[in-house]
Amino acid sequence: MKKVSSEQLAVSSERKAVKRLCCLLLTAHCLLLTSGCRGEQSVLNPAGPQAGHVSRLWWLMFYVEAGVFLLVCIAVLLAIFRRRRERKKSGDEPDTSPDPQREQRMTRVIMGAVGMTLVILFVFLIASFTTGRGLYSPSDSQALSIKITGHQWWWDVEYDAVPASNIVHTANEIHIPVGQLVKFRLTADDVIHSFWVPNLSGKKDLIPGHEIILEFQANSPGEFRGQCAEFCGYQHAHMGLTIIAEPPDKFYEWMNGQRTPAAQPANESEQRGQQVFLNSPCIMCHTIRGTDAGGRLAPELTHLASRKTIAASTLPNTRGHLGGWIINSQEIKPGNHMPPVPLSSEELQALLDYLGSLK
Amino acid sequence: MKEEEQGLTTKEKDENAARRGEQALREGDLPEEEERRLLEKTWGDKPGFWGWVTSTNHKSIGKRFIITAFVFFALGGILAALMRIQLARPENTFLGPDAYNQIFTMHGTTMMFLFAIPVMEAFGIYLVPLMVGTRNVAFPRLASFSYWIYLFGGITLYTFFILNIGPDMGWFSYVPLAGPEFSPGKRVDIWSQLINFTEISALCASIEIITTAFKMRAPGLSLNRVPIFVWAMVIMSFMVTFAMPAVMTSSLFLTLDRLVGTHFYNQAEGGDPLLWQHLFWFFGHPEVYIVFIPALGYVSSIIQTFSRRRVFGYTALVLSMIATGFIGFGLWVHHMFATGLPQLGSSFFTAASMMIAIPSGIQIFCWIATLWSGRPRFKTPLIFIIGFFFIFVLGGLTGIMQASVPLDLQVHDTFFVVAHFHYVLIGGSVFPLFAAFHYWFPKFTGRMLSESLGKLTFWLMFIGFNITFFPMHQLGLQGMPRRVYTYLPQMGWGNLNLIASAGAFVLTLGVLVFVVNVLKSRRGGAIAGDNPWGADTLEWGVSSPPPSYNFFRLPVVQGREALWVRTEDAPVVEGLRTDCREILVTKTLDAEPDHKLTLPHSAPWPLMMGLAATATFISSCFTPWALPGGMVLAAIALIGWGWPKKKDEVCEPPPVEEMSDEERKREAARAQ
Repeated sequence: MKKVSSEQLAVSSERKAVKRLCCLLLTAHCLLLTSGCRGEQSVLNPAGPQAGHVSRLWWLMFYVEAGVFLLVCIAVLLAIFRRRRERKKSGDEPDTSPDPQREQRMTRVIMGAVGMTLVILFVFLIASFTTGRGLYSPSDSQALSIKITGHQWWWDVEYDAVPASNIVHTANEIHIPVGQLVKFRLTADDVIHSFWVPNLSGKKDLIPGHEIILEFQANSPGEFRGQCAEFCGYQHAHMGLTIIAEPPDKFYEWMNGQRTPAAQPANESEQRGQQVFLNSPCIMCHTIRGTDAGGRLAPELTHLASRKTIAASTLPNTRGHLGGWIINSQEIKPGNHMPPVPLSSEELQALLDYLGSLK
Repeated sequence: MKEEEQGLTTKEKDENAARRGEQALREGDLPEEEERRLLEKTWGDKPGFWGWVTSTNHKSIGKRFIITAFVFFALGGILAALMRIQLARPENTFLGPDAYNQIFTMHGTTMMFLFAIPVMEAFGIYLVPLMVGTRNVAFPRLASFSYWIYLFGGITLYTFFILNIGPDMGWFSYVPLAGPEFSPGKRVDIWSQLINFTEISALCASIEIITTAFKMRAPGLSLNRVPIFVWAMVIMSFMVTFAMPAVMTSSLFLTLDRLVGTHFYNQAEGGDPLLWQHLFWFFGHPEVYIVFIPALGYVSSIIQTFSRRRVFGYTALVLSMIATGFIGFGLWVHHMFATGLPQLGSSFFTAASMMIAIPSGIQIFCWIATLWSGRPRFKTPLIFIIGFFFIFVLGGLTGIMQASVPLDLQVHDTFFVVAHFHYVLIGGSVFPLFAAFHYWFPKFTGRMLSESLGKLTFWLMFIGFNITFFPMHQLGLQGMPRRVYTYLPQMGWGNLNLIASAGAFVLTLGVLVFVVNVLKSRRGGAIAGDNPWGADTLEWGVSSPPPSYNFFRLPVVQGREALWVRTEDAPVVEGLRTDCREILVTKTLDAEPDHKLTLPHSAPWPLMMGLAATATFISSCFTPWALPGGMVLAAIALIGWGWPKKKDEVCEPPPVEEMSDEERKREAARAQ
């Protein structure tokens, strides 16, 4: 806030109109500053080195450009208001041969302004290139590598591993270890999507037939929301994802848990639920490892109960929401590719018991 | 002998003789009043509906173009208001995803293809012949065709939209989403046919403007004296001619992929979805300069008039516009930074995108200098231009941010970009357009717009605009992506969206006041007179509205500010035929008289050609056989179009190379 007051002092000698403009700009600035402090999906609240680089570049450009904007506004206002009465009184006769000396003076000022513009642009260019280099560290083959495949309207997540039986397969919720660079291999199965977690990094597109690499790391544990940024059809608005950054030990514990097949039904109701699942259209699209369900068209459900949200970070993963989603997901995300599943109330309760046991 | 029996006067006899090709009536052969009557008869539209439909007068066509474009602007604005209602609250159910996606696609398509480009060209078609001092555009029938096909394209799109077959994949129509697999039905086909309609219309109008400005300028109007407005129109037209073929190709490929099963964009069969993006943005980025450069012409004209001095830095301004036109073609990849292109290549486009700030800066500085050393008169047009400075400069500055790859990867496809391009497009194009409309309205209609309502329009629009779009910068930084039909309450975007929606209504109110002003002033406004603003360009030297033949005598231009430097004894051109549509063609660089040319008469064939093309485009959404069928229809229309002139329409002068030296000298003397 110290900066703000000094800026206010600097402009206090200017005209009223100019002052009003400054206030507007400063208010805007304060809004931006304060907004950075909250929000789980914000560019101005970086939680990793990549997003940090970008946010520094942002503030550099913001301050310089705010100054430029202020100067231009002052120049325009002075140009139209200076010696207003005097100029108003002079006749309407058009001036076709302006005073050459004044023209020359103005030319010099304009050349100076153009020179300044060039310098500023050059600084921005260098800053931009430097920031760009900072984002792409030399590829570390040890880095954790995750393949993300975009689908209408959810994210398929695979943790690359050798041997292939160690691959962890999940959806929409990505756990990463804190302090480690993570490499994302981005591709899509249907249309173009864009993977964007603003607190951690800029976005990169997921394009069918292409693989695009995005690398970033989180510096502190936390949950960061992301969202698809490229228009991808009906439910583009509800294609969210969550990144959960955890200390490495916790992360590897999670990873080991995910590698195991689904828990066996522990009681009669869960057993009944498993039967419902396996006898319903669910298995056409979903996978639950350890059972006969092996569909690959929809999110993997092996450890569904361990996830915090359903429907691509749209609803919290509670029994009620999950039930509503199964019976008629079209109410929640109209146009999504999951058909309504007509179940009796007894079947639904059993199914929810079973799905709830898939920790 | 027969004529004498009928009791005809000598003049009427002369006229008839001229019509029979026996004797030519030239300027100066008749007294002024008679001659004006004859000119009106030669150049005017036939009366009634038929005359309206067949008109090839650039002013009738230009006016129709402008009105139609503003109707589409209003429709696009209504769609925007619907979107703002939907987004005002989180999880709002005012519009579902299907309706919202159609509406935002229609909004973008309307504003870009049915409003921005056509309205700029419309001003060119109306004003360029007047500003360069000639009697019509170079190819009047093409101008008429350009209007009809634009109108039919717009009507087609909206008809399908009302029938719930409106496009819903965004105005950028990215494949594979727009491809046959993910957009079954006819929605995308309608959209890609609309591209055909508008691109043909725009290409016709551009050729029109380039030829008129290069070959039909009044004697003395050498290139270094051409009004900046005309320069702007010429540069825009060149950009259209080079940019439009790219989108034509891309939409043709899309149609083929969808209709006959080619695989240009299908990665599974060796195509590539990125091909679409390159082709589309190779058009799409110049597109924003196509709508921005004419606005620079308006700004220069208006600032010059209302500062009461010649504009500062004419050469710098013209060269800056040309530079913008060139650089505009080297930026398209900055729409594609997120597609994982090689870094080195992206850096080139970062530098190019930042470079465009230099010519823009030069222009802003020159205008400020003009205002600084002039004597500004605060009429509505100038006030809109001052509004333009604040809004456009802010939009330009956020544009520089997005030139930087790392920063763009954060803000790309968010509301930050929505804010940015509305600042540059509304600030950079719509505000100057409103200024231009208030400025030239007296010329179009002969009546002044109300100053107080004009100023009210400005303040409502200026305040409404900033309330609507400024918060969007912050929404983008807080992570709100574009093109979402709703958002979750816990995202914390509700309040800023509510503010934006409230602003949209103030903005709408401003446009409503504008409409009221136009309707009221059209009949009841103060009589304008020839030159109400004391402006310098040639159109202000004729009556308001101008007569069908524009100039009683073509002027001879003596300096850059044609009317300001005109002397009492300024020469005029004499010797053009008054009984047929003869015009003077001059040399490109120095506008020395070259030869005379007859322009074609009014005809229904442009309309027929428009109908033939419309039938072809609509039916080719359904079957490839539309193409051969349409060729037959077009051939019929073209045969009518090119049918040799009737005898009484011809006034062929001998070609220059066949003139004797003496004749040439005489022609030159007449022209001086």
